[in-house]
Amino acid sequence: MLRRILISILAPFLAVLLAFSVGAIVIYILGENPLYVYKILLVNSVTKVDGWGYVLFNATPLIFSGLAVALAFKGGLFNIGVEGQIYIGAFACAWFGITFDVHPLIGIPVGLIFAMIFGGLWGVIAGYLKARFGAHEVINTIMLNFIAIALTNYLVNNPFKEPGQINPIPQTKELFSGSIIPRVYPLFNRIGINLSPSVPLNYTFFIAIFFCILVWYFLERTRWGYEIKAVGLNPRASRYGGINPNYIIILTMFLSGALGGLAGVNDVMGYRHRFLDGFSRGTGFTGIAVALLGKNNPIGIVFASILFGILDRGALAMDVFTNTPRELIRVIQAIIIIFVAIGNEFIFRLLQRLERESE
Amino acid sequence: MAEYILETRGITKHFPGVLANDSVDIKIREGEIHSIIGENGAGKTTLMNIIYGIIRPDRGEIFYKGKKVEISNPSVAIKLGIGMVHQHFMLVPPFTVWENIILGREVTKRGILDKDSVCSELKRLMKDYGLSVPLDEKVEDLSVGICQKVELIKLLYRGAELLILDEPTALLVPQETEELFEILDNLKRQGKTIIFISHKLKEVLRISDRITVMRRGKVVGELDGKEADEETLARLMIGKTLESQKLETYERGEETLRLEGIRLPPRLKNINLTLYKGEILGLAGIEGNGQRELLEIITGLLIPESGRIFYKNRELKHLDPRTLREIGIGFIPEDRQRTGLILDFTVAENIILGRHYKEPYTVRGRLNLPVIKKTATDIVKEYDIRTSTVDKYVRFLSGGNQQKVILGREFYSQPEILIASQPTRGLDIGATEMIHKLLLSARKKGMSILLYSSDLDEIMTLSDRIAVIYNGEIVGVLSPKEIDETTLGLYMTGARKD
Repeated sequence: MLRRILISILAPFLAVLLAFSVGAIVIYILGENPLYVYKILLVNSVTKVDGWGYVLFNATPLIFSGLAVALAFKGGLFNIGVEGQIYIGAFACAWFGITFDVHPLIGIPVGLIFAMIFGGLWGVIAGYLKARFGAHEVINTIMLNFIAIALTNYLVNNPFKEPGQINPIPQTKELFSGSIIPRVYPLFNRIGINLSPSVPLNYTFFIAIFFCILVWYFLERTRWGYEIKAVGLNPRASRYGGINPNYIIILTMFLSGALGGLAGVNDVMGYRHRFLDGFSRGTGFTGIAVALLGKNNPIGIVFASILFGILDRGALAMDVFTNTPRELIRVIQAIIIIFVAIGNEFIFRLLQRLERESE
Repeated sequence: MAEYILETRGITKHFPGVLANDSVDIKIREGEIHSIIGENGAGKTTLMNIIYGIIRPDRGEIFYKGKKVEISNPSVAIKLGIGMVHQHFMLVPPFTVWENIILGREVTKRGILDKDSVCSELKRLMKDYGLSVPLDEKVEDLSVGICQKVELIKLLYRGAELLILDEPTALLVPQETEELFEILDNLKRQGKTIIFISHKLKEVLRISDRITVMRRGKVVGELDGKEADEETLARLMIGKTLESQKLETYERGEETLRLEGIRLPPRLKNINLTLYKGEILGLAGIEGNGQRELLEIITGLLIPESGRIFYKNRELKHLDPRTLREIGIGFIPEDRQRTGLILDFTVAENIILGRHYKEPYTVRGRLNLPVIKKTATDIVKEYDIRTSTVDKYVRFLSGGNQQKVILGREFYSQPEILIASQPTRGLDIGATEMIHKLLLSARKKGMSILLYSSDLDEIMTLSDRIAVIYNGEIVGVLSPKEIDETTLGLYMTGARKD
């Protein structure tokens, strides 16, 4: 048992190491010193307090989107539609924030609930189509992504466009202060952590951690979590056990979509305080890699999100401080993602086999 | 030295928590049919997997044709001439028979599969061994019996001399079993050696030259096939004598379940059946005559096109598994791994399945883990389920213990009606006996039991009445005291009808 836990920790760790080695080869071929590039990457993310602040800020939406993918996966569903659910959830809480001027004690929770309900309903569309007609959720969630992006693009360009806007990217007007999730630097400064006010890390990060615990509790300790896992593992036996798989599919997609919707909150309520067209840039898809690397385990998802947060932050620094062209940083990031996602699985199986043979 | 084609010395294999093989010595003579029998978990399959190179032993040596060999993986075994037919077939369903046979040893001509030369060789093989299979049909369209023959030809095609058959009769109907035995006899005459794994004593006695008995990882006896008898074997296998089950007198109680005009084309035409308190109603029929559909309707997994079901004269409107369970019907499904259990759930999680949403297992939506664990521990103890803890995944339990998890779960809630489909299929004598006892004592306490089994012995000894299903209809309800198996067979094949 202990060994199994050890393996599940060791495997992703080795995968990351392997990914970085391959990344190093690519950097070397391009005529840069890999050690220097990696040093830059790390120095600007994990050696400074502000660097960590950015890392955790980057990790926040990834935690939600990783949880969304993982929860669907537990129910036997592959939710590729987190990206769309993010846009819908983000727009929903933005709409609430620009429409109602309320006290933060109401504004923040209701904003979160808006993101969850609308993200969840967006997920339910694919869930219903699967339950009712057997239409595959992978296809439908992908299609719903396009619709969600186009829909929010329309809304932010037309009825909700900020009047007199100068920014070339369309955006809504600013949220009322009651729906803004504050940054954490005042708190950190008070407890002696010297975080600059410019760091956008906000309380959404703690909400994300709270949801990790909540999702774990839900899956492991409640009747509905039990039913979701049962349907995910064996729909036929679940039916025999008196569980209605169609109902569970819809429930799973609602909850997964709700978590996806929450992944839009960090940007809207915690950072920009408005909805910016096309802001997510693939957070929902990175969530798939996060869930894979984290082995669908909430704690694993936190660590995987932090790793991707480091990569995002490091990419920025590499762009500024090294001669590697901007596009290349994305390439290296992609290599790392691929290796982490696939290599992790491969190494996990390898270690498992070694363990079995040594028995 | 060459008297023995295969010999093992001191094979020992530990798995976490069990000693699967404990210093096992077996000797297989060339050209014999050698049965290895034992209960589930006795270590037969482990031993065969070691011989075939799937598992490495902790200690021990294997001699093949007098020479010590290291069988590190199945391809080494195949090269030596050892072939194995697994309990679950290793065939690719959408491939045709000949494609399956050559899989892994494809013959090509300029990169293209050379079907002509393959098929002519296969035809020669089939003729030599008196085995015939349709080479051009897809495996998914074939019956279990034919698939087995395909597996055998596959071994012969690869030049196997020693054939290991792991419980080959578990899924066969009696006619198919008889046919298999003829094939095996034929193979023996052609000089092949056969290791036959089973726990069905009648079959073993029918076919074996020699019999090795295993119990709890050890060899406990080696007998000559002609000298052995069922009782001796059973005693060796389970370490005690078998009690024969006797039916006590049967008093028909009140009506509990009544089916009227159940129709579900194409399989079910018109089913009328009544079940009474305190009886075992046996359902007999040849596979594919609608019994599976009928049982799935009563379980709530299938919805009939028309027809009515009454529980104590009250018509049931909502036939879904949860409602049916709530009114007191328990189910033992035919396919325990696919329907009865969630293999990647723990023993405890499986034990609450079906009642997991109710108190005491769930209180206000939260799972009550201490109660669940306690219930599971009680059931594990009461039904003698061999598992180290209730937190073990059911996947890692043996077939018999998996079935006991289902039985424990279904009996624990003391249902009034029990629908048992093939409850002892694939189980060893000890487990079968235990299940028979459970059914009989439940009947005595007044439970209504509908029992479907493809084992006619089981139906004949346990049932108070036998309903025969043929072509989607009940063609007769018989008393086992007044008929014999031949008469039953006439009803089952549609030759007779009431």
